[in-house]
Amino acid sequence: MTELATSGTGIVAYAAYLPRHRLRHADLAAVLGGRGGPGARVCASFDEDSTTMAVEAARRMPLAGRPPEAIFFATTSPAYLDKTNAAAVHAALGLGHDGLAVDMAGSARSGTGALLAAAAVGGLAVLADVRTGLPGSADERGGADGAAAFLFGEPGEAIAEIAARVSVTAEFLDRWRSPGEPASRRWEDRFGLESYLPLVTEAGQRALKEAGVPAPDHVVVTSPNPLVARRASGLFPARVPAGRPPGHAGAADVGLALADVLDRAEPGETVLLLAAADGCDALVLRVTGRIAHGRQAHPVADQLTAGRDVSYATYLTWRGLLDREPPRRPEPDVPAAPPSARSQAWKFAFTGSRCSRCAFAHLPAARVCKGCGAVDAMEPLPLSATRGTVATFTADRLAYSPSPPLIDVVVDFDGGGRYTMELADALPDEVAIGMRVEPTFRRLYTAGGTHNYFWKVRPVEGER
Amino acid sequence: MSARGISDRVAIVAMGCTRFGEHWSSSADDLMIDAVRECLSAVPGMELADVEAYWLGTLGSGQSGLTLSRALAVDYRPVTRVENYCATGSEAFRNACYAVASGAYDKVMAVGVEKLKDSGFSGLTRSDPPGDGTAPENSLTAPAAFSLLDPAYCAKYGVDPADMRAAMTHVAWKNHANGALNPKAQFRSGVSKEKIDAAPLVAGRLGVYDCSGVSDGAACALIVRAEDAHLYTDHPVYVKALALSAAPGRAAMDTGYDYTTFPEVVRSAEEAYRQAGITDPRRQISMAEVHDCFTPTELVLMEDLGFARRGEAWRDILDGAFELGGRLPVNPDGGLKSFGHPVGASGLRMLYECWLQFRGEAGDRQLADPRLALTHNLGGRPGACVSFVSVVGSELG
Repeated sequence: MTELATSGTGIVAYAAYLPRHRLRHADLAAVLGGRGGPGARVCASFDEDSTTMAVEAARRMPLAGRPPEAIFFATTSPAYLDKTNAAAVHAALGLGHDGLAVDMAGSARSGTGALLAAAAVGGLAVLADVRTGLPGSADERGGADGAAAFLFGEPGEAIAEIAARVSVTAEFLDRWRSPGEPASRRWEDRFGLESYLPLVTEAGQRALKEAGVPAPDHVVVTSPNPLVARRASGLFPARVPAGRPPGHAGAADVGLALADVLDRAEPGETVLLLAAADGCDALVLRVTGRIAHGRQAHPVADQLTAGRDVSYATYLTWRGLLDREPPRRPEPDVPAAPPSARSQAWKFAFTGSRCSRCAFAHLPAARVCKGCGAVDAMEPLPLSATRGTVATFTADRLAYSPSPPLIDVVVDFDGGGRYTMELADALPDEVAIGMRVEPTFRRLYTAGGTHNYFWKVRPVEGER
Repeated sequence: MSARGISDRVAIVAMGCTRFGEHWSSSADDLMIDAVRECLSAVPGMELADVEAYWLGTLGSGQSGLTLSRALAVDYRPVTRVENYCATGSEAFRNACYAVASGAYDKVMAVGVEKLKDSGFSGLTRSDPPGDGTAPENSLTAPAAFSLLDPAYCAKYGVDPADMRAAMTHVAWKNHANGALNPKAQFRSGVSKEKIDAAPLVAGRLGVYDCSGVSDGAACALIVRAEDAHLYTDHPVYVKALALSAAPGRAAMDTGYDYTTFPEVVRSAEEAYRQAGITDPRRQISMAEVHDCFTPTELVLMEDLGFARRGEAWRDILDGAFELGGRLPVNPDGGLKSFGHPVGASGLRMLYECWLQFRGEAGDRQLADPRLALTHNLGGRPGACVSFVSVVGSELG
């Protein structure tokens, strides 16, 4: 039997991304009846998918100077089959050609699988999901969309070391979905609960024993079966109360839960992570003194409280569950493969060029300088992490868009460079000249079964 | 630019123009045939076989010279199809003029045609080469691209958005009022300012009445050597200047560009004025047909063409400066706004109005003794355009 060499490595950086939109449970109830309540679910926007959210989480991490040798991308909602989605994540992170990028697609357990694989090789695990359910379902109400990324490396650099890991596997029908279906099928939840509890107990006890941790400070339980999460935490009491989960986020669920606990854990504290999905994976983590400087800039809890409401009709439209009349315009062109490949640095990494003679910035990159006419004297100008200011703007109510109107802004990037691009996560009357914006990786549209990935900008909160 | 120009070396001696509008029962072939027959019938004895070469402008209603040669059964004569976005019709005219000026031909014809209403879509549609899907013009429509001018202009000059709105409304109101006097215009009734203001939004603050008419149509011109002009008509139109400017694409990337001007228009106007010897366009030019694709475009053009001072066009517009009875009538035929905008035909339609006005055949919109007229035709969008300016006159010298 071989053992994944996860001990002796640790998490050196992490970041989570929760999309901005919220579907109020009260709005669900107003349309469909049933109980409302004060809650809301986190929703990906129409221009987000598991790939774009994976990019958003991963690019929040300090990857400069230490490009990961491998990217493991986990999701239950892959944007493509027969094509590696992690390759787009790799490209959007501007990692060139080096390294492995691989999808681990299918179930919630893919999330844990990506974490363990990345831990084994010192790579990057990116977990992202868009969780759908039929209208009125518990999955629709209780799901969440989001992403989390974890970079693994040497123990000396770790903010949390892996002290122990135990995995157990079992085959039973608790939750499943045929490829292409909009919703999962579930057996009676209590059957799943009874099947999971012994597995969780076994994995958890063995892991704690292996780590020599009799009583963990934090216990995190995630599972696609909602009863398991509730009951299993009783099996392993924690010293510190658990955080408020955003709802079940599929393959990203374990990542969001882990990110949330790292947001709050103190040096020396221990974490028992139990992920129950078609078996159970138990991890014991020991938080190091580096955590104080290694926490992500935007804690999960803060991201959860931020947000803006989206109507239920709009949400259904975004998820393809309500087929609305499109504008009377031709569908956009399918992005062609050779031009997209040629412009990979531009389309995926948002890198233009700057003239080495006169410094004029070109978006996209150009061979002939528009400032001084110099030919082939350009240097790369990466702008995906550069903020900008709106020079002028419009809301296009005629254009084809998956969610009209299409808002376009002319953006002047700090330090030079201008491009006309779409504004995401905003409404037309919120746009103004002078507004501060930052790039965000999105899916502009899908045509002919092909996703058109490119960068938009979104408003920067609290900056003008 | 320091082009030598061909001032007073060629002349228009006949023109034709169909009614513009939704010609459900006419094909592009029908429209070309109708325009060309009208043109030829203006010169007694002139037949198709007398025309030595043709330039056809169309954005998307056909490819190659065959589009014209097959429709008219042109008998193995040279036909060149040209395309330059919405300045396509002017481009056909410009190249035809140069062919005569070069001495290669004595009699040529420029034809422009567009059949837009067969697409089933609102507004213009694009036909772009395969790309990477990142260019904004692939998604952002033309009205949206030109609506970028509105907030930028207000911000730069401190114009109250309500005043700007009033100026845009005035442009639409004026051009509809002019078009109401034009039997060939697509829209032949005036539109109240209240109706313009209350129209459904298309892009930014632009409503449907801020946008030019989407239409079918064709127009053409017969061009000869200036010294031969009186063989064909007593009232030739002499070509004083032809200027074209194509953007390097710098403005769309340049943080110094402020979306309140078209650098291409400024350059092409300077060049045209130099060729025509115009030093004070506001006084020397009798009338102008300009590319009012959207109402803020006409406003900015007034400044770029030197008809108004920077930051003041909105006020001049509201003061009536560019109405039929104003100091410099602009778009007396209704413009793109009201006459309609069948892309490949529009540049020649502008010249058609100059032709009628010089001959005193403009009916209820006839201006008093026009001598010098300007046409301006724009393709592309703010940030990267092609801009054409011509100056034509009723007299030599």
